[in-house]
Amino acid sequence: MNESANKSNGNPEREIVIVIRKMHKWYGQFHVLKDINLNVERGEKIVICGPSGSGKSTLIRCINRLEEHQDGEIIVDGTELTNDLKNVELVRREVGMVFQHFNLFPHLTVLDNCTLAPIWVRKEPREEAEATAMEYLERVKIPDQANKFPGQLSGGQQQRVAIARSLCMKPRVMLFDEPTSALDPEMIKEVLDVMIELAKGGMTMLCVTHEMGFAKTVADRVIFMDEGEIIEQNKPHEFFDNPQHDRTKLFLSQILNH
Amino acid sequence: MAEVAVSPQRNAISRLWNDKESRSVIIQIITISLVFAFLAYIIHNAVVNLQAIGKGFSYNFLWQPSSYDINQHLIEYNSRSTHFRAMLVGILNTILVAICGIVLASIVGFVLGVLRLSKNWIVNRLAYCYIEYVRNVPVLLHILLVHGLIVHAFPVPRQAISIGDLTFMTNRGIFSPKPLYEPLFLVVVVLFLLGLAFMWWFRRYAQKVQDETGQHYPVFWIGLGAIVGVPLVSFFLLGSPITWDVPELKGFNFTGGMVVRPEFIALLLALSLYTAAFIGEIVRAGILGVYYGQTEASYALGINRGRSLSLVVIPQALRIIVPPLTSQYLNLMKNSSLAVAIGYMDIVATIGGISLNQTGREMECMIIVLALYLVMSLIISMIMNWYNKRIKLVER
Amino acid sequence: MEQSAYKPGEHPNLPPPSNTVGPIAWVRANLISSPTNIVLTVLSIWFLYEIIPATLEWAFMDAAFTGESRDECRAKAGGACWAFIGERFNLFTYGFYPADERWRIDLAFVLLCVALLPVLWDRCPFRKYGLYFACAFPFISGWLLLGGFGLMPVDTDEFGGFMLTLVIGVTGITFSLPIGIILALGRQSDMPIVRVFSIWFIEFFRGVPLITLLFVASTMLNYFLPTGTTFDLLLRVLIMVTLFASAYMAEVIRGGLQALPRGQYEAADSMGLKYWTSMRLIILPQALKISIPGIVNTFIGLYKDTTLVIIIGLLDPLGVGRSSLADTKWTGLSNEMYLFVAIFFFISCFGMSRYSLYLEKKLATGYER
Repeated sequence: MNESANKSNGNPEREIVIVIRKMHKWYGQFHVLKDINLNVERGEKIVICGPSGSGKSTLIRCINRLEEHQDGEIIVDGTELTNDLKNVELVRREVGMVFQHFNLFPHLTVLDNCTLAPIWVRKEPREEAEATAMEYLERVKIPDQANKFPGQLSGGQQQRVAIARSLCMKPRVMLFDEPTSALDPEMIKEVLDVMIELAKGGMTMLCVTHEMGFAKTVADRVIFMDEGEIIEQNKPHEFFDNPQHDRTKLFLSQILNH
Repeated sequence: MAEVAVSPQRNAISRLWNDKESRSVIIQIITISLVFAFLAYIIHNAVVNLQAIGKGFSYNFLWQPSSYDINQHLIEYNSRSTHFRAMLVGILNTILVAICGIVLASIVGFVLGVLRLSKNWIVNRLAYCYIEYVRNVPVLLHILLVHGLIVHAFPVPRQAISIGDLTFMTNRGIFSPKPLYEPLFLVVVVLFLLGLAFMWWFRRYAQKVQDETGQHYPVFWIGLGAIVGVPLVSFFLLGSPITWDVPELKGFNFTGGMVVRPEFIALLLALSLYTAAFIGEIVRAGILGVYYGQTEASYALGINRGRSLSLVVIPQALRIIVPPLTSQYLNLMKNSSLAVAIGYMDIVATIGGISLNQTGREMECMIIVLALYLVMSLIISMIMNWYNKRIKLVER
Repeated sequence: MEQSAYKPGEHPNLPPPSNTVGPIAWVRANLISSPTNIVLTVLSIWFLYEIIPATLEWAFMDAAFTGESRDECRAKAGGACWAFIGERFNLFTYGFYPADERWRIDLAFVLLCVALLPVLWDRCPFRKYGLYFACAFPFISGWLLLGGFGLMPVDTDEFGGFMLTLVIGVTGITFSLPIGIILALGRQSDMPIVRVFSIWFIEFFRGVPLITLLFVASTMLNYFLPTGTTFDLLLRVLIMVTLFASAYMAEVIRGGLQALPRGQYEAADSMGLKYWTSMRLIILPQALKISIPGIVNTFIGLYKDTTLVIIIGLLDPLGVGRSSLADTKWTGLSNEMYLFVAIFFFISCFGMSRYSLYLEKKLATGYER
């Protein structure tokens, strides 16, 4: 089942950024993630989909250790995620994350939101951090909102700030946890546009989303998860046109035909 | 595949400190040693200091005669009783004023809350002024003020305000007839208890009938008849088996009957009126917290005002009200310790006051007092938590 | 069907029927809308009629404002005797502080107002420096009041009156806030031992009445110190009051910490911030802001509780008042005294509660969306 997918990313010239091997996770008695094996190459764009409760958010939250896995290993950019706090710090510097509910800091201005981590984690001088922040705010097309507070922005603008905030750390990998699910329909596009732009720039991206259009245009690989397992992974056009597994077919029929 | 997990090489201490679990163990060991070192230090000091002045640490004094009087005692007590018994008297006095205070404060507080929600402008403003005045003045001042008013404004026993020559209000307390029960009165008590039991059963029965057939019984009236009516009728049929010991003026004071001391009245009134102001605001916030959408929804379903209050608003308001109410009850109980300022003999005034001064056993007495209050706080919290859980379950 | 007087789309705005607006309608809606309401209104008006004129007469019309003793007052008028308060006013304010040194208290009070300004008013100019000053204030005023380093030393036995209330209140709040923050964080910690100790501490101090703690301070705290060291009663009281208030503060702040969405903690973590950095920059600023009303309420409680110190013999305004009543010249004037002290507490506490209400409203709008 995984053969075609493995072939597709088995290109030896490309560097592998994330390795997940035989990874398991439990919430108490509940087995959330079962035997996850996944390699992500540099520059690869992966879309993860699946019904709610299938463990897809938990999976990407494990990659920057917002959740701890109990078995197996996760290696990000050569650093294994263990109890070692230095390693965790190292990984979190290199991995940016965008949340469903933005999670901007409401007591700081947009600019301060963006410069906070560069100043306190990367120890950059303020001026430099602000210059970088403005650059990224321009890239997400809201430089004029830099001195406003998050509460004064629309949902779409907030999410774009959140993306800019992650980019300011110059991460090597970006994780997106359902970035458009909390948005009103008319704002989804502006966020997706930013994400597409980012993908074109060669960023490594793991994205949990239900935006199948986005998956078709951007993804190198689509992963379908259900009940804590990776059921199927494939290139987008094959995934959508020719799903292998019954559960995938059922899922696709439910989200596409309504 | 060429990926290898390379952790940067660091020395052992740095590795221990940077490992999440070992760091947590290290911090906890440090905490625990600091705390115990501190405790050991102060206990050591205490032992040394007590030895230096030749005092041991012993509770033997509890069994020696207390040699002081307590004017309000719910159990047998005189100056030859032990300090332990004095402590029991104090505990009972604290409990008495706390329970009476909680009941009174709840009633007054609920009324205040409702008045604050009244559409009547004057009533609303009056309740508001009362609440703001009471809340923003220290409770000790209220206690002293009420006590002063009672002592100064009420007449001496010789000019007592008499209510039907049975109850007399004086600056030494309120004297009222004391009931003396005859054996036949037991029948009335038994009937009353039977009435309660019947009511408990009947409510469930009526609920069952209503569930099955939709028929409603007038539960309230039947219950009233069973609990109040039947015992009352039997009381008169049996020829009123109670005689009253009416207080009489002898010399400068009344004898016989029951007396409620001015200290008790002052403390009870001050504590409950003070706490009531807080409860009033809590009740108001609780009811406002559910009010509009929910009542509108139940009106829209054609449920009348009373029913929508009792079925929809109050169950939800209680959920908001109970946690802050608990802390108000706790506050009332703890504030009752201010009794010492007006000479009401509660825990602090007995074992923590006179007994302490007479025996010089500061450490032993204060430990008892602190422990007693902790236990009482725990009990009130437990009762309220239990109740809180229950109404949460009802809600689901 | 009846024809409307206007064509569709041309209906003008008309005034409402005259019986639904204006004072008469207001009275109808607010005072006499139902039989119960009429009864309540009548009762309230009767109550006010009974209370207000009598009180006014006692407090103003029939009161004596000058006089040397109670008897002199009584000879002039039958109502309140405010001469008593007038004569004792300095005692109420400064306690027994040496008369020549009272300027120090006045100065400390002025500095308190200056220090409070940037704390309470978020648009205050030079707010940052103001806040630094506010942090330094307790130490500056401590020096001013106690003396030493060039000022005449004053014994704490001589502290009293409103000044004592402020000393205890301000010390309590300044030191209980940081301790409360630490305890609240401890109670939220993943480390079981740290959590258990925090819970014990908090629950112990919340479970016992302040008065018993004050008794502990006055009777047995010295036993726990090395032999030969004693420290001053006021200092012991301040320690107990601070610990007591910090337990309550901890619970208020814990409420604020719990009210923050989990996403804030996660976002801070995912950026790689360390625990203390994320607490200082992200979590605490927000949690404290949410809990300001609770913090102010705790402070009001603490402030009112300062009156308890009279039970262990310190002389706050209530204590000053009670000891003044023992003077045969002024005996029996307890109503005037209680009213005066009550007004003092009412003004300060009511002011604080208004301020917290104002903040609550401001925060409610600030957090919308």
